[in-house]
Amino acid sequence: MLTEEKIWEHLQEVKDPEIPTISVVEMGMVHRVDIQEDKVLVEMTPTFVGCPALDIIRENVSKQLLTLEGIKDVDVKFVFDPPWTSDRITPEGREKLKEFGIAPPVQKDFQTPSCPYCGEEEGEVENLFGPVACRAIYYCKNCRQPFEAFKKV
Amino acid sequence: MIENATQARENERYLTALKDLLYQLADDDLTIGHRDSEWLGLCPDIEGDVAFSSVAQDEVGHAVFYFDLLHELGEKDPDHLAFARSVNERRNSILLEQDNGNWAYSIVRHYFYDVFEDVRIEALANSSYLPLRQGVNKVKREEFYHLLHMKTWFVRLGIAGGEAKEKLEEAINEVWSQLGDLFSFGKYEKDLLELGIIGFGQEELKNRWLERVKETFEEAGVALPGDIPDVTTNGREGQHTEKLERLLATMSEVYNLDPAASW
Repeated sequence: MLTEEKIWEHLQEVKDPEIPTISVVEMGMVHRVDIQEDKVLVEMTPTFVGCPALDIIRENVSKQLLTLEGIKDVDVKFVFDPPWTSDRITPEGREKLKEFGIAPPVQKDFQTPSCPYCGEEEGEVENLFGPVACRAIYYCKNCRQPFEAFKKV
Repeated sequence: MIENATQARENERYLTALKDLLYQLADDDLTIGHRDSEWLGLCPDIEGDVAFSSVAQDEVGHAVFYFDLLHELGEKDPDHLAFARSVNERRNSILLEQDNGNWAYSIVRHYFYDVFEDVRIEALANSSYLPLRQGVNKVKREEFYHLLHMKTWFVRLGIAGGEAKEKLEEAINEVWSQLGDLFSFGKYEKDLLELGIIGFGQEELKNRWLERVKETFEEAGVALPGDIPDVTTNGREGQHTEKLERLLATMSEVYNLDPAASW
């Protein structure tokens, strides 16, 4: 029997293409799942409007769910309501970001994230922009090295 | 409230005004996004390079979002809309098609545009077209970073004094003289207002914009040039400078090698 719970469980296997230890569920990108007989609709909310990884994510979600017995058709739809905000990342997701070396998003604007390596709070902004749209670069005064942080949006 | 493209397509007056506005939004972001990408490898420092390429990616991404909305409303596919439309079909402000100039010019133009975008989003925040309202709500959160970055540079150039401040002041005067059509909502402003697609028109847009930039001018220690000039050439009505022709020729060079190619 196909249940929504089972779909969510399988979505846990679909990872963020840029951070392979964290799933799209932990990133808070899955908004809603709807099963109609052998068809599944997955509504996802993109982290950034212009994220170039969206097509890859769509394909990976489709591939993963089609491995489930009883599913013939997967429709992945990106929606902007609700808008993705960095508060949607789950507590497990925040932990995994840190383990990957990326500081989880701060709670307030203009706050500096703690260093994901040493936990030092006194960092400084190196660049509000980073290697991808969703990350910024900071400098840890304790480790004396730069680190990346997920942007608060 | 118009909830989706199907409903919008049932009302011709609504559809015409909405599409014209969406072209303004898309073309503004596509044009400035392309100009931003031209800074790659040329910025004064590597941080500036990373920033401008990231901002370029965001802006072009936002343009794609508006082109997608247009496609749902019956227009051609986003690639065609971005690369294959002629100059007089474009609805971007002529300010955004001008060459990048020097660093000060690029910073001043972008800062002015970012404040403008933020205020224009305020005009769209309660739009009667639901997909647009939802999209701009998300876009606004991303634009926060562009605005912060450009404002920081604007103030930094002013506070630095000397040559930096001189160039900033020169750039302000130049960009100011080109501001005219930025605030225009084009031919259908009255319809857009009556149909609730926008919450306020260009006069309010100008007032809110002026209010916002005034504070930054004070912080940077520079003087406001005066009133916003009247529109002479209106990009919102398809009137453009030869700068846009050159920009489009560069931007669509690869696309035009084989428009039917699948990438």
